[in-house]
Amino acid sequence: MTCPEAKPLIDPYADGELDVSVALALEQHLQSCSACALAWRNLQNLKKTLKQDTLYFSAPEELRQRIKAELPSPSPAKTIPPRAAWPWNWISITLSGAFAVCLALLLIVTQSRPSAEQQLAQEIVSSHVRSLMAGHATDVASTDQHTVKPWFNGKLDFSPPVRDLAAEDFPLIGGRLDYVAGRSVAALVFQRHQHLINLFVWRATDADSKPTSVPPRQGYNLIHWSHAEMVFWAVSDLNAKELMEFVQNFATDKPGSP
Amino acid sequence: MVEVDDHERSRLFERTVLPHLDAAYNLARWLAGNDHDAQDVAQEASLRAFRFFANFRGENSRAWLLTIVRNTFYTWLRKNRPREKTVEITEEALDIEDSSANAVAIHPQFADADAVRRALAELPVEFREIVVLREMEGFSYKEIAEAAEVPIGTVMSRLARARKLLQKRLAPEFNPGGQP
Repeated sequence: MTCPEAKPLIDPYADGELDVSVALALEQHLQSCSACALAWRNLQNLKKTLKQDTLYFSAPEELRQRIKAELPSPSPAKTIPPRAAWPWNWISITLSGAFAVCLALLLIVTQSRPSAEQQLAQEIVSSHVRSLMAGHATDVASTDQHTVKPWFNGKLDFSPPVRDLAAEDFPLIGGRLDYVAGRSVAALVFQRHQHLINLFVWRATDADSKPTSVPPRQGYNLIHWSHAEMVFWAVSDLNAKELMEFVQNFATDKPGSP
Repeated sequence: MVEVDDHERSRLFERTVLPHLDAAYNLARWLAGNDHDAQDVAQEASLRAFRFFANFRGENSRAWLLTIVRNTFYTWLRKNRPREKTVEITEEALDIEDSSANAVAIHPQFADADAVRRALAELPVEFREIVVLREMEGFSYKEIAEAAEVPIGTVMSRLARARKLLQKRLAPEFNPGGQP
């Protein structure tokens, strides 16, 4: 990457708006170019400066009260202030307040609380992105399943199944230790063309379940399943169809597999 | 029935939209430049938001409210300050690449808040709103583009120019003694 190419990318990089592959290329450039690195540091300093609390104006309490006073009374006890200028007729409330509160709470809860599966999916995606951004996808880089599998010995209290799917065009490129949902997990890394696939594996007592896709997050597809007291999560920017193909190849027991 | 909905809507509005009143006021304050006008704009925007609240189906009530604040402000601006400088002229004037802003290291620990406040307040209003939405509210480029009704490319060029201007104005503040 050259300086004229790098310069316009520094702002979007600082704002977290670059694709991972472009961000990686820019990071490499920043390591070797002192002028661009200085521009990047100055931008970070400016951003930090603008985020100071003292620059943020909080709403005066009187404004909050004035707005509340202009709204139709949310409870039957309150009277309408004289300066209200709304076109509606205020008629006493017939719906119980408790019911309205329930509705409001329901709305807030359903809007704000992701399910356990969604939270896990988010963690998986974050781990995947981190492995790409740090340029540290593998602790043990090997296309040989008989090198990768023993590497996990002594690092985990289970032995994840490892297989090379080069014949199916999903070559194994290595493995690493990762940390997801409060536990150490095995991450197996596969590749199809330019796309990396992270397959996270950990031990659980879940019953066996078939591969299931969850809705894509941040542009990444996710599939999870359970087998032989292990949970598997595959994540990649690969399209959903090919990722499922990968999962089916991996999950199918084949003669000669470890 | 309609009246029942009004009361219920008040409750929902107080719980889902009013928590963002600080953000609404902060944006209005940075756009209008003083407390009195900012309160007017934030209040009118909040009441407009309430009027449209029945039609609100989105998930991001903060982005929705701030979009209304922004629109309310520009209506207010045309009425009250029709001569306020607009960005068109400034945008062209800034087309000349200025590398001096990044010629030296800048250190935020030397910048006093008043200087930063002044520099930000002096930006053209269309630049200022993008800086506030990005840095103080954490809006993505896409969210800013939707709120400001401009293409993402315009968001990016305005943001880059705004930052360049800020760095240039703050460079002496950041480097007391050593002029760039």
